[in-house]
Amino acid sequence: MLTFEQSADIFDRIQRYSSADEVELLISGNRFALTRFANNAIHQNVADENQLISVRTNFGGRTARATTNKLDEDSLRRVVESSETLAKVQQPDAELLPMPSANEASSNIQGSARARTVPSRHFTETAAITPEARAEGVRKMVEVAVRHKLTTAGVFSSAESVEGIFNSTGLHDWHEQTFAEVSITMLGGNSSGWQKANSPDLRQLDPGRLAEIAAQKALDSRDPHDLGAGKYTVILEPAAVLDIVGFMFWDFSGQAILDERSFLNNRIGTPLFGTNINIWDDVSHPLQAGAPFDGEGMRRQRLPFIENGIVKQLTYARGTAEKMKKSEFAKTVGPIAATGHGFALPNEMGEMPVNIVFAPPDNPKTVDQMISETERGVLVTRLWYIREVDPYEKILTGMTRDGTFLVENGKVQRGVRNFRFNESLISMLSNVEAMSIPVRSSGEESFDMVVPAMKVRDFNFTEVTKF
Amino acid sequence: MNDAVDWALNIANLRGATYADARVVDSRARALTTKNGKVGHASDAESLGIGIRAIADGAWGFAASDDMRREAVEQTAAQAVAIARASARVKQHDVRLASEKPANAAWATPIEIDPFNTSIEQNLDLLLKIDSELRAVSGITLAEANMNFQREESWFGSSEGANIHQTKYSTGTGYTAYAFAGTEIQKRSYPNSFGGQWQNKGYELIDEWKLVENARRIAEETVALHKADQCPEGIYTIILDSSQLGLQIHESIGHPIELDRVLGMEANFAGTSFLTLDKLRTLRYGSDLVNAVADATPSHGPGLGTFAFDDEGVPAQCVPIITNGLFTGYLSSRETAHTIGKAKSGGMVRAENWNRLPMIRMTNVSVLPGDKPLKLEDLISSTDHGILMQTNKSWSIDDKRYNFQFGCEIGWEIKKGKRVRTLKNPSYSGITTEFWNSMDAICSRDEWTLWGTPNCGKGQPQQVMGTGHGASPARFRNIKVGTAYKGSQ
Repeated sequence: MLTFEQSADIFDRIQRYSSADEVELLISGNRFALTRFANNAIHQNVADENQLISVRTNFGGRTARATTNKLDEDSLRRVVESSETLAKVQQPDAELLPMPSANEASSNIQGSARARTVPSRHFTETAAITPEARAEGVRKMVEVAVRHKLTTAGVFSSAESVEGIFNSTGLHDWHEQTFAEVSITMLGGNSSGWQKANSPDLRQLDPGRLAEIAAQKALDSRDPHDLGAGKYTVILEPAAVLDIVGFMFWDFSGQAILDERSFLNNRIGTPLFGTNINIWDDVSHPLQAGAPFDGEGMRRQRLPFIENGIVKQLTYARGTAEKMKKSEFAKTVGPIAATGHGFALPNEMGEMPVNIVFAPPDNPKTVDQMISETERGVLVTRLWYIREVDPYEKILTGMTRDGTFLVENGKVQRGVRNFRFNESLISMLSNVEAMSIPVRSSGEESFDMVVPAMKVRDFNFTEVTKF
Repeated sequence: MNDAVDWALNIANLRGATYADARVVDSRARALTTKNGKVGHASDAESLGIGIRAIADGAWGFAASDDMRREAVEQTAAQAVAIARASARVKQHDVRLASEKPANAAWATPIEIDPFNTSIEQNLDLLLKIDSELRAVSGITLAEANMNFQREESWFGSSEGANIHQTKYSTGTGYTAYAFAGTEIQKRSYPNSFGGQWQNKGYELIDEWKLVENARRIAEETVALHKADQCPEGIYTIILDSSQLGLQIHESIGHPIELDRVLGMEANFAGTSFLTLDKLRTLRYGSDLVNAVADATPSHGPGLGTFAFDDEGVPAQCVPIITNGLFTGYLSSRETAHTIGKAKSGGMVRAENWNRLPMIRMTNVSVLPGDKPLKLEDLISSTDHGILMQTNKSWSIDDKRYNFQFGCEIGWEIKKGKRVRTLKNPSYSGITTEFWNSMDAICSRDEWTLWGTPNCGKGQPQQVMGTGHGASPARFRNIKVGTAYKGSQ
């Protein structure tokens, strides 16, 4: 993979080839491997390596991007030319800002609440994992399945990546990271169970334990009953919480307010969720991952954007912040400043929080405690195929999957057939009765977050499927 | 590029692979968008690399690299074989491939206008003209328009002697108008939502859809939705426009017939399927009017699932999926064909790019039009009471593909053969086989459109693929309507 020094050299050459007022280079490199298993055997096993160089040029309010993975001299010249050609044919945009300097990029995190050291996210053991080691991990999971007379499917993956940014004002930044992930489904005759975990550090994962939990869920949900649609108290495990709440964070963007496509339009600063909901964006959190800078190289702030159920502020790219200050919304959206959450330009979506961390509740409960305190409800392992039904009321639809249980009289009684829900996120986060200590969690519908399990009253199940 | 393929196959052979194939892919893409009177996004991207599959010790390995130098390609081929041997540590049986006569061929998407040779300036001007038309209607708060071009050139070779060179083009375009007022955000899209219409065509696709001419109407419909009645809840006859039926086909026919899902290979992510092997030629999937095919041949049309050879080197085919309502076929690969008693693959295996493993993907999964002449307006006029729904707004289906729910951007109540009022937030839900068995009319060929779905996700790591879906407007009886909003407010 490209090193910082090699990338800096590429940037020097790109600057020489460009006649633009300003030039920016984004570098990304990835070495990825994934061992996939199904029917108790490895059936797909892949590895790939790729690196991208992405060039943005500015000509007086006109900007465009071109990307290539070809690093020969002709290709470098061509990628600069492509970017410049796309930029030059546009009409100038008076709102396009010059590229940030290194000073500007770091100035937005000065102040104690905004900055915290980002821990190292590169682990040698994770980078060095071999196909044989992943196969051994899979073998352990398959053994659990065989022992319980179940069939298993899943993945064991690992990756090493770099991200870098250089611009012609002198800004440069660099991030290296490793990543490992285990996801496992256990299948019974008419039931299933699931678990998933990931971390930059392979040593934080325990495939055997995940397999045992998934197996127990498959065994406990055998011969599911039809419980009937309706409003239920639900206990959502962290992966289920993550996948549903993830659909609202695109709206915590200054650009989304300016575009009037956010459910937060006219709702910032007013009580929206329960007073027990407090959410940060915090790239420095020890359970988080990712680079500490955004698509323009601005350092990411720690941002308490929901406090006691009230949305206090939004995320901003540099350009969005300047537009917001001049807009009709300026007095109603809380603090306005670049927060280090912008996408690489050009980008019409602006920005969004990507390192979500729920604050620990005052009186945390484990999932077992939530179950023991529930007279009648539904325990949900995982949600699936979530889509937005109504963008302003934030009604989402989706299914439960891989371990849905009836809870009665403080105990898990039996598996139930999977439900379809149509639930407003505003209602859901207003009806949270209990939360666990937040954990790093991963699903399939949203990005990874640090989220709690939640007990939610009146969750709206509208249909039941056939299994 | 054929040299790189040969280097890879040679090393795979020397390292003991019993089968290997290699694909070099050189791809190029351009994306142009506008938003509220400005260029939103202008970008070009290109990518080159090689992906190598190998079977060793009876198991699969795959490795890919962007480094096309000989030493790197050979190292990647050796890595694929080593990964295959690691796979063999946890196997149940040896991989078995259906036989395939090695092809030596070249093919290219027939296009009239190479989109990469068109003027970027004029393309942006067209999008800005659409934008201007949309925002000329009072009440429109956001207008977005897009144009996308893709070109993919590939060189495929196998240890069995195949040598195939293909060049595929695809073009996509569309726009959406939004209106935010009070406590509602409404939107309308054209020609379709979520990226518009996509086909394996050149720039000629842009000209075919009369984008500017339809913009004012779309914007006016968007604003009018704020004054429309909420779609009622209950059991209704519904008529779906062809784009919505295209997505219905994708979700409730296209995915469940994927044989890898049926066999449990996708159980951890995309899910499995209710179409267990015992259902082949026994299940009444739909009414007698339902005839579906998976057709990758150019004669089906320029769909996103049209090609000459799939990424295993198998020729494009037309496979009957539903025949007069009876379930008759799956999407298969060389590895899975034997599980349904087939000696040959159906030729439905594709990869997102050089760095991804080819897997079973929908080609053009289409419901064929009705034999008898029937226009949409005739279908409406023959409907006593029902709801016409147009353009998808939301979609969701369970992991066995039984229970689905779709929302559409706009609806109209039909009474005594006439549209009597506009409805906002229409939605419907059901169980796949019950739904298709309730179809009692489908429009004829002149109402049939081959829609493109450019964003179908499947696999781990997830691959995004373009699929085609031909559909005419169709009518369904006794459908549950309005559940999406039931109890949610």
